[in-house]
Amino acid sequence: MGVSRTSAIWAVIWPSLRGDPEIIWSFIPFTLSVKPMDQDLRMTSLLTYTFKNLPSTSQWALRFSMRPLSCSSQLRVAAAVQTKSKQTLAKPNIRNIVVVDGVRTPFLLSGTSYKDLMPHDLARAALSGLLHRTSVPKDVVDYIILGTVIQEVKTSNVAREAALGAGFSDKTPAHTVTMACISSNQAMTTAVSLIASGQCDVVVAGGVELMSDVPIRHSRKMRKMMLDLSKAKTLGQRLSLISKFRLNFLSPELPAVAEFSTNETMGHSADRLAAAFAISRLEQDEYALRSHSLARKAQDEGLLSDVVPFKVPGKDTVTQDNGIRPSSLEQMAKLKPAFIKPYGTVTAANSSFLTDGASAVLILAEEKALAMGYKPKAYLRDFMYVSQDPKDQLLLGPTYATPKVLEKAGLTMNDIDAFEFHEAFSGQILANLKAMDSDWFAQNYMGRKAKVGSPPLEKFNIWGGSLSLGHPFGATGCRLVMAAANRLQKEGGQYGLVAACAAGGQVCHRSFIGASRKSFSWKQNKFIQECLI
Amino acid sequence: MVASRAVGSLSRFTRSRMLRCPGYICRNFTKSSALLTRTHINYGVKGDVAVIRINSPNSKVNTLGQELHSEFIEVMNEVWSSNQIRSAVLISSKPGCFIAGADLNMLTACTTPQEVTQISQEAQKMFEKVEKSTKPIVAAINGSCLGGGLELAISCQYRIATKDKKTVLGSPEVLLGILPGAGGTQRLPKMVGVPAAFDMMLTGRGIRADRAKKMGLVDQLVEPLGPGIKPPEERTIEYLEEVAITFAKGLADKKISPKRDKGLVEKLTSYAMSIPFVRQQIYKKVEEKVRKQTKGLYPAPLKIIDVVKTGIEQGSDAGYLSESQKFGELAMTKESKALMGLYRGQTLCKKNKFGAPQKEVKQLAILGAGLMGAGIAQVSVDKGLQTVLKDATLAALGRGQQQVFKGLNDKVKKKALTSFERDAFFSNLTGQLDYQGFEKADMVIEAVFEDLSLKHKVLKEVEAVIPDHCVFASNTSALPINEIAAISKRPEKVIGMHYFSPVDKMQLLEIITTPKTSKDTTASAVEVGLKQGKVIIVVKDGPGFYTTRCLAPMMSEVIRILQEGVGPKKLDSLTTSFGFPVGAATLVDEVGVDVANHVAENLGKAFGERFAGGSLEVLKQMISKGFLGRKSGKGFYIYQEGVKNKNLNSDIHSILAGLKMPSQPDVSSDEDIQYRLVTRFVNEAVLCLQEGVLATPTEGDIGAVFGLGFPPCLGGPFRFVDLYGAQKTVDRLRKYEAAYGRQFTPCQLLMDHASSPNKKFYQ
Repeated sequence: MGVSRTSAIWAVIWPSLRGDPEIIWSFIPFTLSVKPMDQDLRMTSLLTYTFKNLPSTSQWALRFSMRPLSCSSQLRVAAAVQTKSKQTLAKPNIRNIVVVDGVRTPFLLSGTSYKDLMPHDLARAALSGLLHRTSVPKDVVDYIILGTVIQEVKTSNVAREAALGAGFSDKTPAHTVTMACISSNQAMTTAVSLIASGQCDVVVAGGVELMSDVPIRHSRKMRKMMLDLSKAKTLGQRLSLISKFRLNFLSPELPAVAEFSTNETMGHSADRLAAAFAISRLEQDEYALRSHSLARKAQDEGLLSDVVPFKVPGKDTVTQDNGIRPSSLEQMAKLKPAFIKPYGTVTAANSSFLTDGASAVLILAEEKALAMGYKPKAYLRDFMYVSQDPKDQLLLGPTYATPKVLEKAGLTMNDIDAFEFHEAFSGQILANLKAMDSDWFAQNYMGRKAKVGSPPLEKFNIWGGSLSLGHPFGATGCRLVMAAANRLQKEGGQYGLVAACAAGGQVCHRSFIGASRKSFSWKQNKFIQECLI
Repeated sequence: MVASRAVGSLSRFTRSRMLRCPGYICRNFTKSSALLTRTHINYGVKGDVAVIRINSPNSKVNTLGQELHSEFIEVMNEVWSSNQIRSAVLISSKPGCFIAGADLNMLTACTTPQEVTQISQEAQKMFEKVEKSTKPIVAAINGSCLGGGLELAISCQYRIATKDKKTVLGSPEVLLGILPGAGGTQRLPKMVGVPAAFDMMLTGRGIRADRAKKMGLVDQLVEPLGPGIKPPEERTIEYLEEVAITFAKGLADKKISPKRDKGLVEKLTSYAMSIPFVRQQIYKKVEEKVRKQTKGLYPAPLKIIDVVKTGIEQGSDAGYLSESQKFGELAMTKESKALMGLYRGQTLCKKNKFGAPQKEVKQLAILGAGLMGAGIAQVSVDKGLQTVLKDATLAALGRGQQQVFKGLNDKVKKKALTSFERDAFFSNLTGQLDYQGFEKADMVIEAVFEDLSLKHKVLKEVEAVIPDHCVFASNTSALPINEIAAISKRPEKVIGMHYFSPVDKMQLLEIITTPKTSKDTTASAVEVGLKQGKVIIVVKDGPGFYTTRCLAPMMSEVIRILQEGVGPKKLDSLTTSFGFPVGAATLVDEVGVDVANHVAENLGKAFGERFAGGSLEVLKQMISKGFLGRKSGKGFYIYQEGVKNKNLNSDIHSILAGLKMPSQPDVSSDEDIQYRLVTRFVNEAVLCLQEGVLATPTEGDIGAVFGLGFPPCLGGPFRFVDLYGAQKTVDRLRKYEAAYGRQFTPCQLLMDHASSPNKKFYQ
């Protein structure tokens, strides 16, 4: 019963027009040489750019002339670029699409500081943060798209409510998308499509999730009676309806905990997946510890620059993620399995936790960005969605999508400088790494001749991941993209690849009430980032 | 295949052992040499846990036979005597089967009850040693765990089962006319409580893993795994083994207790069961129920109650002794021989002896959305066949679609399906009023009204649109297939598929071939039938084929008996007490009076005097008054929605009184009435074999029992002749022949069997 699902990957080239002048400087000859066809356009936009940033042009020119003399580190970077399979992922006759910048609210454990908010409050914070960070004129924004999973019924188009509240023009249309844990990836790819097709030039994409509050409904019987009552005209009709009331009508209907199609919870599926790939509890705990340690390090070093502080009404200003808790293997080993009891391997410590948070990114057509004087952080190059059997391969999306998107882009694993994979569970990440490294799996399940190989861990989620930073379902995609872009910029890489697995269908109906540190990740979504250096 | 798997598991085992405990490597080598000498069981040691793997060679299932038994004893003795080993895991290397039960051939080879008792006692002894083992033994169950397999599992200290659809635990012995003879009757009541144990042993029902966990039959569940580093089935078994090993270690270290916590209800029940008076009441109640249902025709259930009672009231020793003795007695009864014969026949009829068809049927089209058409659709869509259901009117089509949905939804209510699976299956069904898409059909089954000209009309219409390879199957109960095929452009592709109503409940499918039907067409029809989960007999074409032809003379006799003044209620009780599941008069109501009349007329024309007996006028008058049976609310009985006890239709008296026949006292005793019905049935069945309509007696027995409700305790008409005696059967027929004439003349084949006592249908 392989229910067909879609999933996505997209690629990014990032030219780092802002930041280190050296990078900018090496950008020009490269572009000119590779794409002479584009020369006019590029020159025009650069001119516009130069014109708008007059104060900095002198610095530009200076750097340019100094090039032969300056730092050898650049040369190293340049050399690295030449070993890539392709020097750029730009395609002729297709608009280049860039991410100018992106922000997110701090991701918090649900039930903490955000617990009294509504989802659009959180989303508004992210949108305001983006406005502040990019100074984009509100009326320039053509469209706003947000992703979310558990919908607050009062604000079913949460994108619109948040945009109005954040002060965007009421003339700017907004819609909400949902695609389980890759909802904000879907928001971003929708934005890319809108720009690529020429519909829009400037789009804000993002996502929000508030797991501190979820819709709990009356039972179907109770709802039916209430609806019928509202239609009843006479007292007699009302009384006869009320006489049918039974006490069990009052039992509430909780959002489904399990996958609708298979009735299996995500954690349960992850535990089975880990067992299928023979991944031990210790391996999972070690990976979780790595994620938390790296996240703490990144936080301490101030690398998580996409986080914007959020003054919560009636509470203190939240400035950083609160789920990063490096522990010890001994402590983690004491936990009992959370799903398959008593012998399972997935525990609270090696799963991502229920999280509140929102994120937003500003996506533009490149020429528009340059015309507006922006120094974009990354090109968004390609994306792909894939899908598999929701029962046994629920969380294996990255394995299927990675080779496909690499082939589509004409790259190999070695070309990628920064991997950002969504970490739903340690076991799920390790299973994907093992699957990508298995010829047997590639031949028997992916119809490939050989394995694609697993990403090297030194390039993999090195600023932490969903396990430690948190995973607000609807908002994680944007976090992944910004982490990849910021890492490339920081480390001087060229290509980044983002992947997330998601399960379920196009609609997500899961939530966890009273459960701690359980998480879900769904579907498959990838991004390749490319830096032109 | 099996060998490579065994080698594979060994090498895996070696590898992991070498990694973890290099000290054991030498031991490993000695074990592997021991492995070569055993064929059914091998074992290795992981740390201090012995992993005993069962894998009977050249078979899809493991069965408890002599060889496996002796190898098991050998291995267990080694386990118990080794200082290295502290606990053991018992697991099967076969996907989908733990142990499917005892080897039936071992039982049927015995000629005296003592031999069987001996077998039982040996098994009891062995399992008792397992039960009393000081080294904990964990049974790791994946796949069927039935009969002796379950008895072995419940002797172990701990049970872990995979939550797979194939994992079924049960005691189906009663269905074979025997009882659990290896301590099952004694251990099961202690494990799951007396009421649940009775339920399992008296119904023989299979219990799925999750329910087994709730009942306390297994202690832990393991979810089956998906694709990973190995094929899912292989890795699931490996994972089950890994989990079982951790539990075996835990049990040996006393970190895990084999006792489970009982729920409040369970505690109350077990308290109630400690009161002798309550126990007596339960025995009485169960016995009453069994007597009522079996009419005393099946000895096994009563003996099971007896043995359980002995064990509880007089202690285990008496219980074990009683169990083995009763086991021996039961194995020698006619009933168990009949039931085992049916079991074997059923297995045979679930194979396609015509080989694989050239083209697999994926697209099925069904014409007519009536009770039959929709029923066929229902058993097809849930097997993944893309099915088109066509009818002439939207209302009829809608009714049929609703029937399919209801059938699937009932399974959801019983938790056999999830609502998602139901929806996915239901989407395999397309309802339509035209022939759109028939150009892609691989098989068309028509289930339109039983009228030759109508069947010709649809055959012509269908042949205009279907592709060349498409099979045309007719679901008819009496119209000869060659007459239907007469107008076909491609008679080699025309075949009969006679389903029984209700299709989703009745296991039988009768496939009818004409001399022109090609072998590949037959193979295709059998393949589809097997996919639909049917037990299949393949017979030659002729009026009434096999099943209807056997039923018709019996029905004719039913009418005559009624005309002779025996009331419908009395007749029903006579037939059910002979072992028929449905009384004869009720059967006419169920089939439909008009259908019975139609069939009787047709076959009467074809076979003449042999099918005479009662007057068809009875049926005709009933039809004219609208008494068509259950479907019209009135037949011999009155049927009312929600009323369970059906009352006689008083108007029938006047019809029968008007057509009264004189009864002949010397052939009208209760027993004679029963035998008049049965011998006519049997005689016609044997004639079918004689004429070559039937290929084998097995198919005849299966068809009679699974399609027509011939008493299962008699094993079918051919087994009946073997067990009752051909001579005695002929004597009966001769006696009735003297009274009624040629309708009772025994056929030649039957007389041959009577004249040479060594001749048997089953050797």
